[in-house]
Amino acid sequence: MFHNMFKLCNLEIAKLLREYIVAVGAESYYHKFVPRANKFHPLHFFSSTTDNLDLPANPSCGSFILNAVGIIRAPRGDGKETIVLVTPYNSQNTTYSDAVSLGIGFSIFSLLSHVTWLAKDIVWLAADSRYGEYTTVDSWLKDYHGPAFPGETSRIVDDACFEENNSDSLDHIKVEGHNSYVYKRAGTMAAALVLKVVDKKEEERDSLSIYAEASNGQMPNLDLINIAHYLAVHRQGLRVKIGSIIYFLKASWVKLLGEMLQHITTLAKRLNPKWKFDITSADYVEGTATLASSIYYQALGVPTGSHGAFRNYQVDAVTLEFSPRSSLNNENVRSAFLLKTGRLIEGVIRSVNNLLEKFHQSFFLYFLTAPHKYVSVGIYMIPFGILIAPLPIVAAALFSSNNGSSNKDGSWKWLQAAKVVFLIHLWAMITSLLPYVLLQLPLGTPSSFASAWAAVAICFLLITYLILWSSSIDCGWELLKSVMIVAAAIGLSLMSVINFSTAQIGAMLIVPMCLLVKPARKQTQGVFAKALMLTSNLALLVVAFPPAALLIAKTLFGASGNIDIGDFWEWAQILWSWNSATYMYLLWIHLPCWVLCLNIFLYPCIGSSSKA
Amino acid sequence: MAALCRRFTGFHFLLVLVSLSISSLVFGDWIGDDEGEQFTEELLLKPLPDRKVLAHFHFQSTAHPSPDSGHHHHLFPKAIAQLIWNRAPCDAVGHFMVQKFQIRDLELSFTQGRWNYENWGGSDPISSTNAKPPGVELWATFNVPVVEIDTTWKNLTHALSGLFCSSINFLESSTSYTTPSFVFGLNVSNIRYGALPREAVCTENLTPWLKLLPCRDKAGLATLLDRPSIYKGYYHSQKLRLTSTKLSGIILEQTLTIVLQPNIQRNSAHSLLDGAIQPSWSISSMFKRNLTGSCVLARTSRILVELEKNIVSKLEELGHGGSWSNSLLDLSPNPFRVIKEVNPFPEESNSILFEYVNSKEYEPLDVGIKWKLPFVWSSPHAPFHASRFLMGSGTERGSIAISLQSTKSDEYFRSKSNECRMQAVVFQVVPWYVKVYYHTLQIFIDQKLQNLSDVIEKIRVTPSEDKKLPGTLELVLGYPCTVQSVALTLDFDKGFLHIHEYPPDANQGFDIPSALVTFPNLHSSRIYIGDDSSVHSPLLLKFQEKNVVLSYTEVLLVPFTTPDFSMPYNVITFTCTVLALYFGSLLNVLRRRIGEEERLMRSKDANKRGLIPSIVSKITSKLRGMPGSKPLLIFAVVLSVLFHYIVN
Repeated sequence: MFHNMFKLCNLEIAKLLREYIVAVGAESYYHKFVPRANKFHPLHFFSSTTDNLDLPANPSCGSFILNAVGIIRAPRGDGKETIVLVTPYNSQNTTYSDAVSLGIGFSIFSLLSHVTWLAKDIVWLAADSRYGEYTTVDSWLKDYHGPAFPGETSRIVDDACFEENNSDSLDHIKVEGHNSYVYKRAGTMAAALVLKVVDKKEEERDSLSIYAEASNGQMPNLDLINIAHYLAVHRQGLRVKIGSIIYFLKASWVKLLGEMLQHITTLAKRLNPKWKFDITSADYVEGTATLASSIYYQALGVPTGSHGAFRNYQVDAVTLEFSPRSSLNNENVRSAFLLKTGRLIEGVIRSVNNLLEKFHQSFFLYFLTAPHKYVSVGIYMIPFGILIAPLPIVAAALFSSNNGSSNKDGSWKWLQAAKVVFLIHLWAMITSLLPYVLLQLPLGTPSSFASAWAAVAICFLLITYLILWSSSIDCGWELLKSVMIVAAAIGLSLMSVINFSTAQIGAMLIVPMCLLVKPARKQTQGVFAKALMLTSNLALLVVAFPPAALLIAKTLFGASGNIDIGDFWEWAQILWSWNSATYMYLLWIHLPCWVLCLNIFLYPCIGSSSKA
Repeated sequence: MAALCRRFTGFHFLLVLVSLSISSLVFGDWIGDDEGEQFTEELLLKPLPDRKVLAHFHFQSTAHPSPDSGHHHHLFPKAIAQLIWNRAPCDAVGHFMVQKFQIRDLELSFTQGRWNYENWGGSDPISSTNAKPPGVELWATFNVPVVEIDTTWKNLTHALSGLFCSSINFLESSTSYTTPSFVFGLNVSNIRYGALPREAVCTENLTPWLKLLPCRDKAGLATLLDRPSIYKGYYHSQKLRLTSTKLSGIILEQTLTIVLQPNIQRNSAHSLLDGAIQPSWSISSMFKRNLTGSCVLARTSRILVELEKNIVSKLEELGHGGSWSNSLLDLSPNPFRVIKEVNPFPEESNSILFEYVNSKEYEPLDVGIKWKLPFVWSSPHAPFHASRFLMGSGTERGSIAISLQSTKSDEYFRSKSNECRMQAVVFQVVPWYVKVYYHTLQIFIDQKLQNLSDVIEKIRVTPSEDKKLPGTLELVLGYPCTVQSVALTLDFDKGFLHIHEYPPDANQGFDIPSALVTFPNLHSSRIYIGDDSSVHSPLLLKFQEKNVVLSYTEVLLVPFTTPDFSMPYNVITFTCTVLALYFGSLLNVLRRRIGEEERLMRSKDANKRGLIPSIVSKITSKLRGMPGSKPLLIFAVVLSVLFHYIVN
């Protein structure tokens, strides 16, 4: 199967797969679709619906994608639930590892077609990832949960593109041309596995990487990861990896911190041997790197693979990426590898198959610190709560100290400050919608888009300030800071519900900035204190500016190459094209807060409203 | 083992003979009496296109219409007879009357697995009468006044539940059954229909079913029912059909339809041609039992092997019309008789039945087919394949879609397509917690949205009522036969339920029972060349009935929002702990006599005043000052809820 796959092009692979599926005795059909480009829809955040109106009028034969789908109906099952197995492959540039992953997918499928223990149906989607595997899987899922009535898909593309030339009459009866495009479904999805093979060289053992992050920091149920991890480590002897940020693995300060912790724990153990929190430095470093990557990918809000498409439909899914110890061209290595991976997938499918209820016992909100260790929501919410707890307290303190000192009509002075804050937030909202307008303009490169965006945004900001100055608002920086802090606290708490990781990283930047910011011209006692205040304010203001933060992160985490202004545009584009809430957070909460802090830092009139 | 088996059955056979001779002494000659009770047993075997074999057992008992025989029956199961006749209590007045139900018609089916309409046929008599939805389905018509029907139904569900060891009694609640008006083509108001899609079917349901047979599974065809082999199959449906009329008496049909996979010797696992040659099978290889002799109480005992018309047409092409031993297949042993179907269209070929009479007592009758050449055929499809699926995602709303896809199989529709109009009746019961908005009904024909009044010929909607009634939709669609696909969608909201309204395993989701799609102007009747054999075969009579072609759709699983079921228990335990601590300390404080202790202490150490007594006295004084324990209770509850969230 592997060897004749290279000779085939495009649609031939799907045809071949379908023939194999039918030979096994399972139901099969082709899923056909025309991929569409992701567009910026400002109102389509949080909704995965796209209108079907922007279909190309006359799609050519080459532009559509054909996926072969096989369904095994569980012999004695009632067909209410299914388990989905996805093997992506690139039909235009089929690599050897693609072929191996298809081979594993098919061998599992053919095994499952005659097992007696199946209680849930099995759907195998061989996804042609020519235009990205996420697009393919997402479009298949959209048809699964949408009104793709039988026969509809076949009308999109003229059937003349794909004629059945079965010379063998025997095959012709089995591979009926008519029914092959009828979309078939098989119950509610219980879980999904995306199976991939990459030909990376591993050091000593075959390894398995688990990817689980879906859009906006959603995770599959922890039990699914636990099953895959347990079976991989304890049954098949695979090395399980999840993503980690290499910077933290190499950084000496993390190592130092780890060693300090190790010393403290050994000391504690000497004091009382019953205390069990001994941690080695290496564990700490690795845990930190893994946790950082877990938080990073959740905060980004972009799925790490095609499993993310399933999460949009409340289906638990993970990507299992296998990499062999040495080259798969070796016969022995290949058969051992196929056996291991096949057994693992079979085990996971069997575990899910045996479940009566869908996953609900374990966590949905967690960070991973190792493949088998996690930080649950009950633990990570506490530091976050402590982090943002000062915000309302400080706001109240500032408000009361300012209000108590002023006269009667001063009690409504905060409305002026609220007006300023509101206008700045309005500006930020307009800025966030600007790309929609800009995309209509024929600007060529990303850098020109980015500079246009920045220029227009700055223009609008200046106009906002002109409006503010013309109405001669004089409210005093303390009230302004108090209202700004309240807005930031509300924004952060809301964001922590939508995507916790974004809120966590954002809070780490915003909270110190909000608490420390003071006008630069304000008199303080002592030169040293003033200098400290100034430098910390400046540093925080630089770090908390989103583009600057991106630059710093890029240089820190070892991205090579020169930095272009267009990068920011591309980065923002990634965020909105994946409907990431991080984009909204950055522009609706983070940016206005930063502008207001800058405003306070450069506040001109000091004496007027300071403590009388 | 086989020898042991034979000896075992032989022994039982002896027993039966002895009892028979005794009973014939007592009751006189009644076997073969046309007026009295009758029992027949038949088995239909049929090769299926996807290398499987259908086995359809048909047992029929009839009882005399007149209740003259009193409470005694020779063959007819008494438990069933009691369901039908409403007799006066034989005992004195005041004795509690045994509840009986005046049933005119009843059908109860236990099914495991799904009928594959594409491969196993959709328009033949077997599929239209014996393809059933997974789980339990029960419908019955009653002879009682309309007001009494609901109570009779409830009592009937309990009686059947006890009789068949299953939870049919869940159909008692008014949320689970409904009154269809025209789907079953029967009288309007006295029918009740209910389905339990989640009911598991196993041997414990089969055993009481077998007990209704006069020979149980000790003799006759029922001896073939080896539990491991029949439950290993791909489809298993045991059915009980009861009809009672004044004229013909009670007819009890017990059918068991199973689809089995004969053992295949795989030569090469990955050869594409491997699937072409059909596996050869025989009764002994499929059931792992030998058939020796019939049930002596049975009037007839026969085995029929059916070859579908697509096989026959191939045979005719090859030049051997109705022969049972040819170059394609070998039927062994030689059949007793060949029964041919008569088709209204003479140019087409017809299905053939080969009949075997099961009478030899010592030589096992091992009917089987041996395939010689690779051969592929297809089963007769219904004109439209019905399927149903859910649309939308999320835990708030969704839609149900039912789609009918033309199978393009029936050339006879194509031929007169101009004026031909197809009718399809859709019957859909939806539980109340799936709140269907019937005004959102949309019908697409060939992907084009239709005006409802153009397509719907008749509609009857019973909206659901919370915790009382399920929603019922009955719909007659009329559309041209040339249509490729028909789809109807209905939007629904998922209701919020009380914590006690969730069924067990609520996190799996909620089931929507199968919808039923019937095609009222299509019938699956067959006509056989009339010799007197058909008169004596209830199975063939059944095939000749005008049964409407119908198909059941899949059961749907709707995921619902579920509360955290452990939360109340967490809160209760934590609150109880806090309250226990509170009352314990309160009691301790109240019943301790401080003055006494202080005196004792003073007497011990006159100079020192103890620290603990002073604290205790302070606490008691505080507690006495408090107005009540309500704030403490609220505090405890709040604390416990907080604790729950931190823990989870």
